[in-house]
This record gives sequence, C-alpha cells and structure tokens, in this order.
Amino acid sequence: MKSYLRPYVARLVFIWLTALVGIAVGIAFPLISKEVIDGPVLRGDSGALLPLGLLAIGVGVVEALLILLRRWAQVKPVLGLETAIRDDLYEHLQRLPMGFHGEWQSGQLLSRATTDLSTIRRFLGFGMLFLVMNILQLITVTVLLLNMYWPLGLLVLASSVPIVWMSLRFEKRYIKISRQVQDEQGDLATLVEESAIGIRTIKAFGRRHHVYDRYDDAALKVYGTSMDKARLSAKFFAFLDVIPNVTLALVLLLGALAVGSGGLTLGALVAFTTLMLQLVWPIASLGYILAMAQEAMTSADRLMEVMDTVPSIEGGTGTIDDPRGHLRFEGVGFRFPGADRPVLRDVWLDVRPGETVAVVGATGAGKTTLTALVPRLIDPTEGRVTIDGHDVRDLKLTTLRSVVATAFEEPTLFSMSVRENLTLGRHDATDEELADAIQTAQAMFVYDLPWGLDTRIGEQGLSLSGGQRQRLALARAVLSKPRILVLDDTLSALDVETEALVEEALRHVLRDATGIVVAHRASTVLLADKVALLRDGTITHVGQHHQLLAEVPEYRELLAQDADFDDAAEGALR
Amino acid sequence: MTTTTTASWRGVASEEQDELPEKVSVLLRERSRRLLGDLLRPYRKKIALLITIIVVSSAAGLSIPYLVKVGIDEGIPPITRGSGPGVLLTVVGVILVAAATQALTRQAFLRMSGTIGQSVLLELRRRVFDHFQRLSLSFHEQYTSGRVISRLTSDIESIAELLQSGFDALVRAVLTMVGTAVLLLVLDLHLGLMAIVPLPLLLLFTRWFRRQSTLVYRRTRESVALLIVHFVESMTGIRAVQAFRREPRNQEIFQQLNDDYRSANAGGMRLGATFMTGIKLIGNLTVGGVLLYGGWLALRGEVSVGVLGAFLLYLRQFYEPMQEISQFYNTLQSASAGLEKLSGVLEEEPSVPEPRKPQPLPQGRARGRVRFENVRFAYVEEMPILPGLDLTIPAGQSVALVGATGAGKTTLAKLISRFYDPTEGRVLLDGVDLRSLDEPTLRQAVVMVTQENFLFSGTVADNIRFGRPGASDRQVREAAKAIGAHDFIAGLPDGYDTEVGKRGGRMSAGQRQLVAFARAFLADPAVLILDEATSSLDVPSERLVQRALRTILADRTALIIAHRLSTVEIADRVLVMDRGQIVEDGPPDRLIAASGRFAGLHQAWLDSLSS
Repeated sequence: MKSYLRPYVARLVFIWLTALVGIAVGIAFPLISKEVIDGPVLRGDSGALLPLGLLAIGVGVVEALLILLRRWAQVKPVLGLETAIRDDLYEHLQRLPMGFHGEWQSGQLLSRATTDLSTIRRFLGFGMLFLVMNILQLITVTVLLLNMYWPLGLLVLASSVPIVWMSLRFEKRYIKISRQVQDEQGDLATLVEESAIGIRTIKAFGRRHHVYDRYDDAALKVYGTSMDKARLSAKFFAFLDVIPNVTLALVLLLGALAVGSGGLTLGALVAFTTLMLQLVWPIASLGYILAMAQEAMTSADRLMEVMDTVPSIEGGTGTIDDPRGHLRFEGVGFRFPGADRPVLRDVWLDVRPGETVAVVGATGAGKTTLTALVPRLIDPTEGRVTIDGHDVRDLKLTTLRSVVATAFEEPTLFSMSVRENLTLGRHDATDEELADAIQTAQAMFVYDLPWGLDTRIGEQGLSLSGGQRQRLALARAVLSKPRILVLDDTLSALDVETEALVEEALRHVLRDATGIVVAHRASTVLLADKVALLRDGTITHVGQHHQLLAEVPEYRELLAQDADFDDAAEGALR
Repeated sequence: MTTTTTASWRGVASEEQDELPEKVSVLLRERSRRLLGDLLRPYRKKIALLITIIVVSSAAGLSIPYLVKVGIDEGIPPITRGSGPGVLLTVVGVILVAAATQALTRQAFLRMSGTIGQSVLLELRRRVFDHFQRLSLSFHEQYTSGRVISRLTSDIESIAELLQSGFDALVRAVLTMVGTAVLLLVLDLHLGLMAIVPLPLLLLFTRWFRRQSTLVYRRTRESVALLIVHFVESMTGIRAVQAFRREPRNQEIFQQLNDDYRSANAGGMRLGATFMTGIKLIGNLTVGGVLLYGGWLALRGEVSVGVLGAFLLYLRQFYEPMQEISQFYNTLQSASAGLEKLSGVLEEEPSVPEPRKPQPLPQGRARGRVRFENVRFAYVEEMPILPGLDLTIPAGQSVALVGATGAGKTTLAKLISRFYDPTEGRVLLDGVDLRSLDEPTLRQAVVMVTQENFLFSGTVADNIRFGRPGASDRQVREAAKAIGAHDFIAGLPDGYDTEVGKRGGRMSAGQRQLVAFARAFLADPAVLILDEATSSLDVPSERLVQRALRTILADRTALIIAHRLSTVEIADRVLVMDRGQIVEDGPPDRLIAASGRFAGLHQAWLDSLSS
C-alpha cells in the first residue's frame, strides 16, 4: 500500500493541507456570523457590517476554491493507486499456476479486480478524507466550543463517548456481516455462471426447476443476510442522528440559562449552536463513512487473499542456447494435494531429438497430466523432467515455454482477431509464417471469414465449429515453431477427411520437432515413431505400434476399434 | 472511445448488440418504467407509509434548528426579565421529542426501505433467472453466456447499490432541500427570496452536470466492459496463456485497457470536483449575501437576531444535500441502465414457447415413435438447412445419422429435442405435435447427450442425479454400472461423493462424458439422442458404452450422430444425409453391401483404422 502511494507523496501533502485549510475556513463562517450579530447588529454599528459581509463572501470563495484544488489533486493518486493495483493483480494472476486457477471461478477473481478495487478507490478518494476531516472537524469544533464556554464544551465532549463506543461495536458486527454478504453473492454468481454455461445440458434434461431451486436457495440466503445488514445499519444510523440533537437541546437549555445569568453573550450562544449544528452532519455521515471503511477493509482482505498467494511455479534462471529437444521423464510422479493415490508414478521416458512418441492409455490414466508437466503447467511431486539435460524447473519460464508448445484438446479462443489468436505466443510472426502455419493445420477457412484474419472470433465474435477451433489451436502451436510439440488429443473433433489432411501436414511438422502426441486412434498413433503405453499412472510398455498390437493385449484392447474390426485392421497391417 | 491499437487486436465483428440507445438517460424508458411499476406494485401501501414516515422524519429533523431559534428568541427574554425558564423548558422538551421522533422514524424508514428494496431485488433476481432459463437455446446461442452472467450479476448489483446506499441519501437530500426552502420563506419572506434567487442558476448548473455526466458515464462503461472481457478470458484461458508465453502481450493489452478506464474515471472525478465547487461557491455567496442583507435588516430592527441565526443555519443545510445528489448520480445512472437491459431481457419471448393447452401423450407415457412431416428449417430464410423432410422412426428403433459437416444432422436432432421449432411442417412424438407437449412431458420423453458434457459443481453422484433428481443412491450407482462408469468413479478419492471441481475440471474429458452418459441413462427417456456423444471417449470406454448401448437402446428409440462409424454399427438403420436431405436409408449391412455413399465412407473409415 505504501509503495503504491510513494510516487504521490507531494500531492498527498498538498491534499491534506488544502483539506486542513478548508476546515479552518469552514469554521470561520459561523465565527464571522457571530461577529456580525455581536458587533454591528447589537451595537448598531452599520459601518462594520460591510467589511464583515465582504469578508464572509471572500472566505466563501476561498473555501470553494480549496475544494476544487483538493479534488483535482486527488484524481491522480487515487486512480493511480487503483490502476497500479489492478495491473499488479492481473500480472500476479497470470503468474499463478493452473492449480490455483482450477480452484477459483473467474467471476470471483473478476469481482476482486473490479468491485473490490472500486470500493477501495471510493473509500480512498472520498471516504478516508472525509473520515479524517470529519474527525478533525469534530475535534476542532469541540476545542472551539470548550474555548468559547467550557461548561457547554464539556457537555459536547461527553456526548462523543457513546458515539465512539457504539461505532466500535457497530464496526465489529458490520465487518462480519458485510463479508458474509459478499461471500454469499459470490456463491450466487457461481450458480449464475453454471446456469449460463450449462444451459444446453439443463435444457436437454428439462431441469429448469431444479436449477431454479438451487439458485433460489442461494438468493434467499443473500436476501436474509442483506436484511440483517440493513437492520444493523438502520439502528446505528438512527443512533447517530439522535445523539447530536439531544446534545443540542441540552446546550440550548444550559446556554440560555447562562445568557440569563450573564455568563454568555447572546451572539456567543448563536455561534455556539451554529457550530454545534455543523457537527450534526459530520456525525450522521460518520455512519456511512465507517460502513464504507469497513467495506473497503473487507475488499482489501479479499484482494490480499489472492495477492498473498505465492506462485508455486516460479521460473529458474537457466537458458538453452540451441535447444535440440531431448526430452526425458526421470522417475516422475504426480499427486494432487490431499489425494491418497498418485496420478502418475515412476514414469521413465526418453524422447530423443526429432523423435515423436504417442502416449496411449485408458481414460483417466494420466495422459493429460503427463503432457502438462513438460511446459510446467504443473510440477511433478517426484522425479524430474529434463530437456537437453536441464531440469525444466531450472529453466526460465520464457525459455522453457518457447521450446515447448501445446495444442490442447479443448482449444481456447479469445475474443480477438484470428491473427491475434494465432500469434498468441509469437507476436512477431511474419505473414508468411502465419500462412504456413494455417496451411499446415488445414485452417484455410479463416480466409473465408467475413474480415479474413481480422475477423473477431471467440465468445464476443464469430463462433466456429469444434473442428475449426481445433485446427486453429493446432496452427497456433505450429506457429510458435517449438522444438517440442505437445498434441493433447488435438484431433478428436475432426471428421475423417479433415483428420487425414491434418495428419498429413503434421507429419511434416513432426519431422523436425520432438513430439508428444496423446492419441486415442490408431491413425493418430501412426504419426509417432514409437508408442508409450500408460497404465495406472505409469508407463508399462514402449515400442512400435504393430509390435505392441501384436504382443500386448491391453494395447490391443485400447486401440483396436472394435472386436469385429480387429481382423480387418490387422489384415491391412500385414 | 477505443484507440486504434485496441481495435487491431480485437479484430472486427458485426455490431455489438448490447449497446443502449445513444442517450443513456436517467429518465426511464417505457419498458423499464413498466418493470419498475410491476416490481413495486405489491408494496404500494408500504411505500405510501414510507413516504409519510420520511416526511415526518424530515420535518422533525428540520424543525430542530427552528426550535433552537425559538428557544433563543422567546426563551431567553423571560429569563433575563427574571420570570423563570418555563418557556425555555417547553422548547427544549419539544426539541427532545422532535429528536426522538426523527431517530425513530429514520430507523423505521431505513428498515422498511431495506425490506422493500431487498424484496424487489429478490423478485428481480428470481424473474430474470427464471426467464433466462425459459428462453430458447437459439436465444442463448446469440446472446452468449457472458452477457447472461453480467445481466444477473453486475446489472442487478448496480440496482442493489442504488437501493442500499443511494436511495436513503437521495430521498433525504431532496426532502431536506424542499423543506428548507419552505421554511426559509416562512421565516422571513424577504430574506427567503434573497436565499432562493440563485436557485435557477443552480438548476441550470445541475442540468449541465447531468449532461456531462452522461457522457462520462458512457465512456466509463465502455472502457470497463472491454477490461472485464479481457480479464475474464485471460483467466478462463490461463492454460493457453501460460503455455504460449502470452503473459507480456496480455499485460500490455491489459495496461492499455486499464489506462483507458483510468482516464474515463478521471474525467468523472474532475467533473464531480467542478460540480461540487460550483455548488459550494453558489451556496457560500448566497450565505454571504444573506449575512449582509440580513445584518442590515437586523440593524434596522426588521428581523430578529434569532431569525437571522436560524437563517444562516438553514442555508448551509440547503446546499449540503446537493453534494449528496451529485455523489449518487452515477449510481442512479448505472442502476437505470441496468434496469433498462434487464427489462429488455424480460421482454424477450421464448422462440420455443410452452403450449397454452398442453396435450397429453396417448396412454400417458411416451412410446417413442418420431415423425417428421414435411419439415422445413432455416436459420436464415434464404438458406434452409432442411428444405423439406419426411421421416418416420418407429418406436424402439436405433437410427444412425451419417453425413458431412453441415448436412443437417445436428439440426434434425435439435428439432426432435425441440431446441428449435420447424419453420414449416411438424415434428410428432407418438402422433402428438411437439409444440403441444408441455416441458416436463417432453423432457421426460426425449433426452439429448452432446459432446459438450457440462458438469455442475457438486459431487459425481449429484451430477448423475441431475438426470432424475429424486433418484436413490442405489439407482445412481446402477446407472453408472450400466454405462460402465462405475469402476472409474469407485476409484476416485471419495468415490461417488468426489467433488468434480470447477466445471468438472478434476476429470478428463472422457470421464466427464461417462458421467454425462450415466446421467442420461438415469433419466430413462423413450427417445435418446446422441450427438457426437462418444467422440471424446477412448476406445475401451467407447466399447464399454457401446456394449451398454446395445442393452440401453433395446427398448427405446435412439438417434445417433457420429463421425466415427464404429458407433454406427449398433444401429438398426442408417440414414445418410446430404444438404438437408436423406439420400440413403436402410440397415447398415445392406448399405455397406450396396455401392453408395455409406459404403464409401465405411471403406474410408476402415482404411483410417489401418493406414
């Protein structure tokens, strides 16, 4: 927090000065009124009226100008702070590993980057200054009142005791309840997200009512807690209204008696009550401002929750000057935190430069986990993965991830132009390289889109079919010219004809690069030089396709399309 | 308001459909007003009471400075004359009563307005959520999930914000201003008029502020919308971002968007600063003027000291609330924009409406005979996907649909599950037009499994039970066993009680698909549609599912769409589609034996297996 404010120290000092002068000027007003009443009016001195009046007007203009100066000066630090924190939050989130993102809904992260940060901004830009100014004003006015007539001043001072006490109590309860509301709203948002994204499934089963009931339960919870919050505030705000007014009544009573006994002038009493009425507003608004402060604190907590998460995957310092792409898994094991069984155990695999290995295994055997270890989307819990003899954990992340590129099973497209989506990892790619990659991935359809490569795709743009999306993901991976290319079942949504075209193209790409191909189909396996069979989290066999097909029953079980077709397939092989 | 560089990475797309009309005005448009009226109607009496309460509360609050003046003017002379503090005590007593009244009414107001506000919010949430769920798939495909989410979260929150923080302050501010103006005039006509002279200036100034603020607000909203999209997509696609070292470029784009947002906000803050200063200046000048004029009047004895004192007090109160109003203007604006968008959604009609008079199925239970009668379907009028289709599928038959991408297979499936209605012709289930069946009957009878196998947060069992919410644990288990998913589920850390994680993220695509199959099996429909449902399964799982399908499909109608012909093997009948028409129709063996398209596809597939 301090480091965010450092660039603005001079401005902050200026803001506080203008604020302090502003308070002084504000207080001068009733004092001038007092002078007018005690002087010209009561003494009939018409000559003094004009200068005093003009003074009042002058002071009024100065007060307004001070407000302008202060608020203009505030813009930069307040927004600068918000913007800087948001940038840092985004940067931090991009560095946090998949494990973190798997647990957090993006809506929850978004509310931290927007709502929570605006809450903090509003408090810093408006609430905090007012809080301090109100308190300062309260103190100054009280001191003035004490000076003016100490018995009444003492009374005013005493009235602050219940206010402070109640405020502290209120604060404690409010912080708890507002956090609860925020969390419950987060849960509600999660349900909304699911109902929107899963709409096809909901429709297919006609489960509108079921989903609605779940939502309604959560909405009712939010309703209940919000009501508690409203009731709590109502009580507190009303309390803040009543105390100054009761004090005022007592001041009037005692003040009038004092005037009667000659202890106080009439003008002083008028000034006293005027000053006191000036306290009503700051005290009443204290409720809002304290609530605001509470909300800002809660938001800051929520923000820190994310900011304090230490990225568990940090890059090393090593680089590889001329990567050859020799990939080795050395006794690799992986276990999700808290799981009693490992997903991978004791995996040994050697992929020589330029070689392509197909990873074959049943559903849940750990194929995707295995591929995610290479670009360090996750880290092994045992053993190590090396590239050209370097442990991937010793390499800079940028180095590592420029050596390795992955085309995922579920391609992710962003709401940006086709070009931007393709050059995801290589912003500097030339048009020829782009054209080559598109050709390789058989994604020429992009030229037929309404605006060609500039067409926006993704959620907010043109929607593409599953096959088109996969081909784009492939082009993206090819474009980054990796030494090691990981294909995580990239071809599953293609029809037979397109798949044949893409496979042909891939064969060219894989000739130069080291490849890991997760495969379900015999045709994809044939892209590879050898096959690794993954079973129960470990590699049980490595060999040629037909060799495994002939010798390993489990492998035959996995890759032979259908019992009836075994013969046909094998016949063709011979 | 976006820079050219922004435009280049964003790419080009057709018009944003989300834009509000040029002028986002606080004055609500017809449909927003109707919605608001509709939401508030049940609380008419309460609102009337609320208004009474707030008037009483404001009056009590306003009377206090006046009473102080009375206390000074009327209460002190008797004391100085020596005739005792009787008047003073009465006035002080009245002040105490007024203070208590104000506090109590204020609390009552806050509670009541809180109740009404929260109830309205709850009702709005329920209505919009329910409406979205009712709207047809065609709507959702166009509207996109991102916008559904922002309607139900940020738009509703903007209204909540107004109700919670803005409303009370706004009402109080307006009432205080009106009350003060009246009091000033009553206290002293001359001074009162003098105090009100700047009012037209004030109104002009406010109008200028409102116009400017609309512009600023629009800019803020646009810049934050871009920021949000970029943020959310980076987070949902973090795997691709990290794997492709996209971080620096993303950071660059984000900073640019963040800066745009900052400068939009800065415009807003500066505008606010100017407005506040203006109000304060006008206020202070007026107070100065009143002090001069009032002092002169008091000097000549035309105004009492008490009146002058009270006047000065009230004048400050008069200008204070104006600042409140400017604070809440943005809240008001975004709430009314939110309401406008929500009312737009609520006005959408489902393109696949529920029947007015639902017809029951003969014998009360679906048998599964599906018939297409001269069905024509087009997303765009000139380009029909299905130009005119006649097809009868007898109850219990398994039909495989084969054909190139865009041949109309999925459209056919969507028509049977009534995600769409035909442009012409009818689709019948057991002789009843689908449009005459109510939703529960139809969904009980027809279930579709696609390759998009969405899992909801919760346990594996919860997700299977989604197919039939009342099902027992044993039934859930049996469904999983029947489909061949039991073994892998039993092997999960907590078995059936394993949490599936965010959108089923803890499972592989194949595992999710098996759960989706178990879910469909548990639903036990008469007609089961599988649209590419096995494409993400590996061969053993697919074989398991196919083995299961043989029994599952035995007594029900099925429509199977698959790229992989292995799935087709279990069908009784194959339909080859081309450009919306059925070009081959018959049992698989016979089609393979003939030399048509299916035979060709089949041969190509065999080749791909063995290459």
